[in-house]
This record gives sequence, structure tokens and C-alpha cells, in this order.
Amino acid sequence: MVNAVDPVVLNLSVFVLAIFVGYHVVWNVTPALHTPLMAVTNAISGIIIVGAMLAAGPAQSGIGTVIGLIAVALAAVNVFGGFLVTQRMLGMFRKKGQ
Amino acid sequence: MSANFVALTYLTAAVLFILALKGLSSPVSARRGNLFGMTGMGIAVLTTLTITDNVLYILLAITVGGVIGALVARRIQMTAMPELVAAMHSLVGLAAVLIAMAAFNNPVAYGIGETLHASNRIELFIGTFVGAITFTGSIIAFGKLSGRISSKPLRFTGQHWFNLLLGVLMIAFGILFFITQSWAPFLIMTAIAMLLGVLLIMPIGGADMPVVVSMLNSYSGWAAAGIGFTLNNNMLIIAGSLVGSSGAILSYIMCKAMNRSFFNVILGGFGGGVADANADNEVKAQRTYRSGSAEDAAFLMGNADGVIIVPGYGLAVARAQHAINEMAKLLTEKGVRVRYAIHPVAGRMPGHMNVLLAEAEVPYEQVVEMDEINNDFADTDVVLVIGANDVVNPAAKNDKSSPIYGMPILEVHKARTILVVKRSMAAGYAGLDNDLFYMDKTMMVFGDAKKVVESVIKALS
Repeated sequence: MVNAVDPVVLNLSVFVLAIFVGYHVVWNVTPALHTPLMAVTNAISGIIIVGAMLAAGPAQSGIGTVIGLIAVALAAVNVFGGFLVTQRMLGMFRKKGQ
Repeated sequence: MSANFVALTYLTAAVLFILALKGLSSPVSARRGNLFGMTGMGIAVLTTLTITDNVLYILLAITVGGVIGALVARRIQMTAMPELVAAMHSLVGLAAVLIAMAAFNNPVAYGIGETLHASNRIELFIGTFVGAITFTGSIIAFGKLSGRISSKPLRFTGQHWFNLLLGVLMIAFGILFFITQSWAPFLIMTAIAMLLGVLLIMPIGGADMPVVVSMLNSYSGWAAAGIGFTLNNNMLIIAGSLVGSSGAILSYIMCKAMNRSFFNVILGGFGGGVADANADNEVKAQRTYRSGSAEDAAFLMGNADGVIIVPGYGLAVARAQHAINEMAKLLTEKGVRVRYAIHPVAGRMPGHMNVLLAEAEVPYEQVVEMDEINNDFADTDVVLVIGANDVVNPAAKNDKSSPIYGMPILEVHKARTILVVKRSMAAGYAGLDNDLFYMDKTMMVFGDAKKVVESVIKALS
């Protein structure tokens, strides 16, 4: 019997596979949409909001809660700003006569 | 809610993020893709709300940030997109630093355990310094893009050695943090990383900002992935890796479009050769060129079978996008086939020119990328170059001594007639003279881009 796999190794596996997925998906993005791509990746990196919520979560951690709440607000700017500005930009791309 | 259920909803969110990026392969599917992304984020946030306390405070913080984000998204001008993107990278960087601090402050809350394991400490170190560099580096990039900081490269002797020393110090304090697990080395390390972020971006010139913005985009993703490692959260790792690889690919594309290596850009200092090149220009200023009026240009384009418009950032500076679309419509009505040719660095960030044209309601089928349209120039009657210079300089192909030799260009010089709208004969950003302007088949039209195009419209209608 071997020992159970360390979570770090599992994380690393997910990390490496996700980079491959990202590589292939992003090369398929049409160059015309590279600016919306940057805006939407800004929104997606706002996923860090989940980490911020966990930091702000514990009922009695004092300074940790405050730090976490600030991080939640910062990440929320990215999430809302990123997705909405992407939507606004994509709405501009139209076909002839549309 | 069970941990397994939470993990599965996070997996759903991660898949939706991948679909959001996949949608961007075409403008038709892009909006649906963006909705997938929003749904994924919604699922992730709602799920997390069920497993935390302080829900009210968290909702309040989300509302505050969300309102700011929504207002900015609604009001931002499309020309200011690079600044907005840079500002948002800095927020992710700062959030990563804050989360790392909170995790160090109270590891139990994250289910990491009472004490930080060796691997946790390494992950925390990496997440923090990548976040800190992203934070301050993006602020400098924001300052340079918005004109609040001079876009000139700032350099001093021994700069690279100083940065290297700071890097070594940062790692040393990281190791000290690893051993002692105390706040002091952690905070010093963070402060050094922040200083490093400033010093790394200051020496990079304004023209290289598209690369820098893409690079910081990548960093912000790696910072999020780093936090994912700390929290053992696969969704953060996946989302962060997607963003990280996206930014890396965009940096690569931008570097290739400028024929520069990534390290050449990062080590900074483009624009140093400008003075020499200017001296060269004074000699060449005696060369003869042909110039004509907007009416002449209108006549030439109105009688052509096909016209290709080559827009540069100068077009956006003159706010002439709507006028050019108006002109293109009139030409189309006369039976002229109008297309736009886009160089990858035509704007100030990847794909920027496409958005600026889309905003002016130019149909996207008319907008063609460099690689697709370069073979068509030879069969084209008239090319209108407006607000662009270096990206159409034939020296990049023909003159081995030119500093831009090897840079991919739009091969405008192959067309039958070339019209160039320009304020004067002054050199472009790279400070180089452009042989295109002196060709027999080239006609210069001097003036402000918008006024020239408006005169063309008047003459056409």
C-alpha cells in the first residue's frame, strides 16, 4: 500500500491540467475579441472573492474579518466591472445591417 | 451543506468559466459565453455564502464593490479600456495579499489546521509576492496609460542589479518567514515585493504597455491560483490558471507583433534610440513627396473597386471612428468594397482597435486581421492609411539596418494607390522615417484625421 496522496499533489495536477485547457481555449479566441478576453479574465480572476469571503466568514476573528471584507469589496469591483464591461463591449460587435 | 456538494458546485462554476472563454472564439457565441461566466460566478458566490458566517457584512461588501464596478463598467470610454484593465489587475493583486494575510492570521478558518504546514507556507509566500507585485506594478501601468505618470522609461544605472538584490532579499525574508512563522518577515517580504512591482514597471516605455498589461493580466491569474493552492480550492486554481495562461498568450502575441523578445520588453528601455533616429530624419526631410486634398482622396476612393482602410491609434485620438464608418457606408453605396486591416498593435492593448471600430458601429465582417488581409493588398486599388505609421513601414521588410526590421507589417506598399492621412511629415512613435510616404503611388493628405474624413464625406455625397 502507498500512502494517501498529499492535497498539494492533487492541487498541482489540477493546476497543470487547467493550464493546458487554458492554453488551448485561449488560442481559439479570435484576435478581434482580445480586449473582451482581457476584460472577462479580469472578471474571472475576481473568483478570488471566494477566498475573501472565507476570510471574512469566521464569526470571531476580528482583524481577519475586516481584512476579508475589504478583499471581498475589491474582488466584487472586478467581478461586476469585468463582466458588465465585457457585456457592453460584446454588444457593440454586430453584423452588417444589425 | 456537505463539503462534497460544495466541491461539486465549484466544479460546475469552473466548467462555466471555461465555456465563457470558449465562447470568445466568435462574436456570435461571445455574449452567451459571457452569460455562462456570470452564471459560474453567481453559483460560486452563492455556494460560498452558505458555508460562511457574517453573511450580512459580506453582502454589504459585495454591494459596495459591485456598485462601483457596475458604474465604472457603464461609464468607461472604450479608449480608456487599457487603464481600466490595469486598475482591475491591481485590485486582484491587493485582494490576494489581503487574503494571504487573513489566512496567516487565522489558518483554522480555512480548514488549513492550527498551524501552517511547510507546503502551506510556501504557497502563502508565492501567492503573496505575486499578488504584491501585481498590485503595485498594475498601479504604475495604470498611471502610465492614463498619463498620470510619464510614459517615458525611467532608468538608472545598476537598475537590474538593484532589482536582483531586492529579489534575493525578498526570497531571504520568505525563507525567514518559513522558519519563524512570524509576522515581521512576512510583512517585510510583502513590502519588498511591492517595491519590486514599482521598479519592474517604471523602466518600461509607453509603447510597450500592451505587453505589460497582458503580463499583469497573467500575474493576476497566477495570484488567484496561488491563493487556490493555499485554500485547497480547485475552482480558484482552475480559474486562476485560465487567466494566467490567457495573459501569457496575449503577451506572446503582442511581443511577436512588435518583433521583440519578452525579456527585451521586460528589461525595459524602448525609445532610447529615438534621438539618433531623429537626427537621421533631418537629413531625409529633403525628400520629395506628393500631397493632395481630401477631395482628391474622395475621387480616388469613389472610383475604386476596393478600398482597404488601415486605422492606427491616431484615428481614435482624433475621435474619427464614426466619421470613417460614415465614409465607408457612402463608398459601399457606390459599389466600392470597403474593408479594414488591423495590425495586432494598432491600439493600446490586444484587440483594442477592433473594439473602437465596433463602438463606431463598423460591422465586424469588414474588419480583417493582418495575416488574413496581407495577400490582398497587391490586388487593391486604394489603401487609406489613417493615424498609423510604423505598422505600415516597408523598412520592416526591406531594410536590414532599420530598428524595426523583422516586425510584421501590413503590406500596404503593394497596393496600386496609397493615401496617407497625417498631420505632418513628422516621424512615428519609433522615431523612424517611412519610405511609404515617398513612393510615387502615395498621396499624402495633411490634416486632422476627423476633419479630413469629414471633407471626404462631403465630397462623396
